[in-house]
Amino acid sequence: MRSSRALAAVALAVTTATAAAACSSGSSSSTPSAATGGGASSSSSSGTTAKVTLTWWNNATNQPLLGVYQAAIKGFEAAHPNITITNVPIQNELLQDTKIPLALEGSNPPNIYQQWGGGVLGQQVTSGKVDNITADVSSWIGTISGASGWQANGQQYGVPVDLHVVGFWYRKDIFKKVGITVPTTLAQLESDDAKLRAAGYAPIAVGSKDRWPDAFWWEYFALRDCPQSTVTAAIKSESFGASCFGTASTDLAAFLKTNPFQTGFLGTSSQQGAGSSAGMVASGKAAMELQGDWDPSVMQGVSTNKNLSSELGWFPFPQTPGSAGSQTAVLGGGDGYSCTGSQQQAQACAEFLEYLDSPSVQAQIVGPGASGEPVLTSESSAITLPATQTAAAYFKTASYEELYFDTALPTKPGQNLDTAIADYFSSPSSSTAAAIANSPSTP
Amino acid sequence: MSRSTAIEAGLGPAAAEQSAAAGPLRARRWRSPRLRKKTELTILLAPGLILFVGFVFVPIVIAAYYSFYNWSGYGPLNDFIGFRNYSYAFKDPAFIQAIEHTLDLTVASVVIQGPLAIGIALLLNRKFFGRGFLRTVVFAPYVLPPAVTGVMWSLILQPGGFADQVLKAFGLGGLVQLWLANVHIVLFTVFVVLTWQYLGFGIVLLLAGLQNIPNELKQAAAIDGAGPWQVTRRITLPLLAPTIRIWGFITVIGSLQIFDVVWILTQGGPANASGTISTYMVLEGVDSTDFGFASAIAVILFAFCFVFALIYQRFALRRDTQGALTRAVG
Repeated sequence: MRSSRALAAVALAVTTATAAAACSSGSSSSTPSAATGGGASSSSSSGTTAKVTLTWWNNATNQPLLGVYQAAIKGFEAAHPNITITNVPIQNELLQDTKIPLALEGSNPPNIYQQWGGGVLGQQVTSGKVDNITADVSSWIGTISGASGWQANGQQYGVPVDLHVVGFWYRKDIFKKVGITVPTTLAQLESDDAKLRAAGYAPIAVGSKDRWPDAFWWEYFALRDCPQSTVTAAIKSESFGASCFGTASTDLAAFLKTNPFQTGFLGTSSQQGAGSSAGMVASGKAAMELQGDWDPSVMQGVSTNKNLSSELGWFPFPQTPGSAGSQTAVLGGGDGYSCTGSQQQAQACAEFLEYLDSPSVQAQIVGPGASGEPVLTSESSAITLPATQTAAAYFKTASYEELYFDTALPTKPGQNLDTAIADYFSSPSSSTAAAIANSPSTP
Repeated sequence: MSRSTAIEAGLGPAAAEQSAAAGPLRARRWRSPRLRKKTELTILLAPGLILFVGFVFVPIVIAAYYSFYNWSGYGPLNDFIGFRNYSYAFKDPAFIQAIEHTLDLTVASVVIQGPLAIGIALLLNRKFFGRGFLRTVVFAPYVLPPAVTGVMWSLILQPGGFADQVLKAFGLGGLVQLWLANVHIVLFTVFVVLTWQYLGFGIVLLLAGLQNIPNELKQAAAIDGAGPWQVTRRITLPLLAPTIRIWGFITVIGSLQIFDVVWILTQGGPANASGTISTYMVLEGVDSTDFGFASAIAVILFAFCFVFALIYQRFALRRDTQGALTRAVG
């Protein structure tokens, strides 16, 4: 056996990370005036007309969002001749798991970087590199939805530019063929599942190999079974010990017993290739999937089916009548950006974020860019995909939106929760349910 | 440069001839042969030494330093917690499981891949039509990058995938399993894929060892009446032992560190059923950004490998390396 090459690469990456961290670990200043911002430079110290260059890290590596972002840069630079923005699209997992943590420990973080808010952003703020842009965005932040998810300690450390909602993406053609309708209650979903299985389809696809798709299921049961105040308190205290979370686990176990997923779902990835859960829905092997509103573009990426977008429909997580939680709460999140660098760079960054959240750019991001729901509800009409339009319409009527738990919590408790839920999927029992309850506080 | 120093410097006799022909003037410049030797050693060893210290030694020391802190990767290292990362690791059932899986894979690699590699190498060492082709085929999987192996096998092993179809075509549909989704099967699946990838390496290494065994010895044994099995057992295998020992060393260290194929096939799942020490380390370090804890895991893994390497060097490889050194120096 020989795995030394790959391990050496990992070791090197970790080493580089730790070495980079060591270089900056002594600095905890929250005013990183010396930072030059990911290779960017700021040539003057005062005046609004001084030249500023900003580096922008995002995960829009593919069209159509890449083109929308490039056009946004052009439009912004035309209106702000003193600001230059360098676009650096980076593959999502690499960006979130490796590049950003390392950059925030180094001395040269990107001036604008993507993150998903919540506890993870709160943790990034402890690096001392993320700029507090509360004052820079105060004049307009009240006009957008979801901004509170990008706060830490009551201060604005980031701004969302689009929002996401998790729900069921289903194949309308398969539903029609089997003669079933969109379920509104869990009992109806189970009945639909049985009919789909009898017709030879995998009723629901899930990418359990990645763990976080499993977490969507448990979290939705928790939203249905627990009052909002209990959910909020649990995330704040990083403990899911309240009895309603136990009920959520029990409900999930009962649902798992109905065998709703594809064969071998524990080994299925969510987004990679035709064999992934997204790929199974795209190819018509499975009828539906509980996923975020990025799912249609993932499906399109792993499928040659040109009619896919018209065959896709959306419906919210079914209701569980009689439960203590909200029956119309949605799970979701969004893509936001934070700023680093000097005060002047932070100001320029905040101006760019304001531009991204302006009506015309919002229409581009959710329309041609197909990136979820707009932060300006007025721009929902720009969404082109019918299924996403349904999701956006429901999103407006939802009683509240809860951030994905693994993002709302700091990184480690969030990952512990995902792991505990994935273990529960593998073998639902009282001990694995207890592990979920205790997971965030595991040291 | 004289002939002897050229040879010592590893340049070979040809280079020595050449430098001798270039004239004695150059040689005279060096008043002290000891100084010359020291300079040569410094120039030749320094680049390697700098790389070794910078990219091997220093990172190990830094990792050990981080392992004493509760550190998420953000902010300064200021939460010193002593050995708590280590004590927590050994209390975490997932880490104990990861150690068990790693040891399972290591023992299985030695016990199953070893005899297989020796057997196939002995067969491929005989002369027969198509031997070269077969040797290439056997070695081919090893040439594939582990990432490609992982992706390829994850497609082959999908439910209803190629592996299942082949089994069904041969009337063995009853053997079909959820290769990557069944917590009781997945570690075996991972081992089969690892064997597929790394068996060729062992075979080629052993074939090289077999080439070095003089035919005269085997012929002499045959003349003395030894049968093929006796020749193999009394002549071939003992003379192949140094190569087998080196193969064992590389295999054990590689197995202890195994990461890439496992990560791509299963990410250590489902429910940690195929997690190894390395996948556990990456999950805790990169996914959970608990770099202090992951550093402790890295140090534990390093300690395992280091202790094994020392013991193996002392008890198994000592004769081989001593012999090698004696030949080189003498």
